Amino acid sequence: MTATRSVEPATAAPRSGLVEQHRRLPRLALPGLFVLGAVVGVAFSALTGFSVVLAVIYAVVLGTLAVYVASRAVEGSRKALDRLVTCVVTTAFAVAMVPLVSLVWTVLSRGLKRLDGEFFNSSMLGIVGQGGGAYHAIFGTLVITAITTVVSVPIGLLTAIYLVEYGNGRLKRWITFLVDVMTGIPSIVAGLFAFALFALFFGPGVRLGIMGSIALSVLMIPVMVRSSEEVLKLVPNELREAAYALGVPKWRTILKVVLPTAIAGLATAVTLAVARVVGETAPLLITVGIINGTNLDPFSGRMATLPVFAYYQLTQPGFPPEYAIDRAWTAALLLIILVMALNVVARLISRFFAPKTGR
Amino acid sequence: MTTTSAPPETPRPPEAPGPKRRIGDRVFAGTTTGAGVLILLVLAGVAIFLISEAWPAVTAPSGDIAGGDGLGAYIAPLIFGTLLAAVIALLIATPLAVAIALYITYYAPRRLAAGMGYVIDLLAAIPSIVYGFWGIAALAPALVPFYEWAADHLGFIPLFAGPASATGRTMLTAGIMLAVMILPIISAISREVFSQAPALHREAALALGATRWEMIKMAVLPYGKSGVIGGAMLGLGRALGETLAIAIVLSASGGISFNLISSTNPSTIAANIALKFPESTGLDVNTLIASGLALFVITLGVNMIARWIINRRADFSGAN
Repeated sequence: MTATRSVEPATAAPRSGLVEQHRRLPRLALPGLFVLGAVVGVAFSALTGFSVVLAVIYAVVLGTLAVYVASRAVEGSRKALDRLVTCVVTTAFAVAMVPLVSLVWTVLSRGLKRLDGEFFNSSMLGIVGQGGGAYHAIFGTLVITAITTVVSVPIGLLTAIYLVEYGNGRLKRWITFLVDVMTGIPSIVAGLFAFALFALFFGPGVRLGIMGSIALSVLMIPVMVRSSEEVLKLVPNELREAAYALGVPKWRTILKVVLPTAIAGLATAVTLAVARVVGETAPLLITVGIINGTNLDPFSGRMATLPVFAYYQLTQPGFPPEYAIDRAWTAALLLIILVMALNVVARLISRFFAPKTGR
Repeated sequence: MTTTSAPPETPRPPEAPGPKRRIGDRVFAGTTTGAGVLILLVLAGVAIFLISEAWPAVTAPSGDIAGGDGLGAYIAPLIFGTLLAAVIALLIATPLAVAIALYITYYAPRRLAAGMGYVIDLLAAIPSIVYGFWGIAALAPALVPFYEWAADHLGFIPLFAGPASATGRTMLTAGIMLAVMILPIISAISREVFSQAPALHREAALALGATRWEMIKMAVLPYGKSGVIGGAMLGLGRALGETLAIAIVLSASGGISFNLISSTNPSTIAANIALKFPESTGLDVNTLIASGLALFVITLGVNMIARWIINRRADFSGAN
């Protein structure tokens, strides 16, 4: 005992010095302090007339402050700053969740009222006030989106194949750059383009379903190119080289080796691109317009689409307004459901049908 | 990546044995190249057709343009409103998006991080018209008490001069709504560049005793700076072109005003087109298309700068 004692202080002294520098708050102290600060904050807001928003703001600010002060006193300024940033960053994430939750809640609570059979079964033909539905708009959206997909997917996919398999030099650089730039074209400008294009041939005031499809294609093609390009790049080069080594021509290699390997990713890309355009309103508003009856022929006259239907039901509800506004919210809810479903489908495709690359 | 860094003089590896090029190869190569060129043509077509339809408004006598003071006087307040709303959105969204990206990449529990990123991405998937619905039904009324308080206590700042709007359909509401809409774009790109910050730098910083924040400040943020700037520019491009959300939420009366919380606000180009186009005929249509052309040029410029910044970073990252 005594022998070791005489040795210990020599080795232990620097260690204890180190330990003192790294003094840490106990694990539960920080959440505890935060809660304490938060409780004080809520109490403070209760004194000044309670409101939920103010209470939360006070609570977060005071809780963060409590953590910072305690950490600075015990652990030093560097660690305290670290804790402060942790609090701030976490708060930022929570703040970003507020609009999402609020939006979903608002649309659900207002849209569920009219989510009934009649909404899917009847158009707005001859409807004043109660009743009516979005049958014409739902099918109009389906028709226009289908045409858009048929136009955009081949062009987008072929361009992606060009960029990945064939392209080199200046043309490839330009196409890549301009596709990126095209991704940022405002949707209303795409609508104006389609209008200007058709107005030259059919005169002003023309409204056709196909115009909407052209406008949406301008928006969808770049999305399609970008995402399928990423997917094609993931196909391992060894597969292509193996095919070439067997004497398979390049075009057959692409059709029989590259595309089948990437098919799950391509399906995901198509689904996400469709989700991107299905809720677009502005281009359809100025190219397709709106009607009350059902018109599913994209080459003659106006068509109804779900987003435009929602827009007009909300902004020009007529009298009495509440029925039209209810229909508008249900249409908005339907749009969200559609887009979310497409996103989930895309996720599932990429998860379950992804090729086993062995990497 | 491989987009710009290909050395110019690399000899192409032989694709088919010998000089024989199969007909299928030529057809397929031609088709794909044609699709690529078609995209260039479409972009050129957008510009050409917009110019051709906007031209009557450019050459028309100034008295014939709506408002009676010529095209410039018609478009200038709209450009001002567009820029104002977009700048507000950018100022709010950028710090928040960077913080979210940092949280997801370096703070959140690993297992939850991917799911959180997905939830943030969902914000981008929601159609813009639904944001408009939410903005007018939930956001604007919620902000009215703040506007009244701001008009009373911050009225000496020109931005909050008041009188506060009773409906909350103000420029600031539109800016906040736009901020929510561009948040996922900025945070997605920031997340990507932050997660690519070299692990060696990060580990070296931690090994030298840096706290997590010091590690981020020294190793992650300098590396991700240009990516964040590029992402913010992309968000700006989206905010500039946003149409129906603003058309629904903003109570626009024209003119130029820095007052963010009153009920008289400048409109934006896109919202103005959406509101006026369905009822317009003749020269008014050409005027609106001319304003759309101005929007096209502005967003094209912003997007080109953004892509240029992002691609420049890709050249130096060495991470391909």
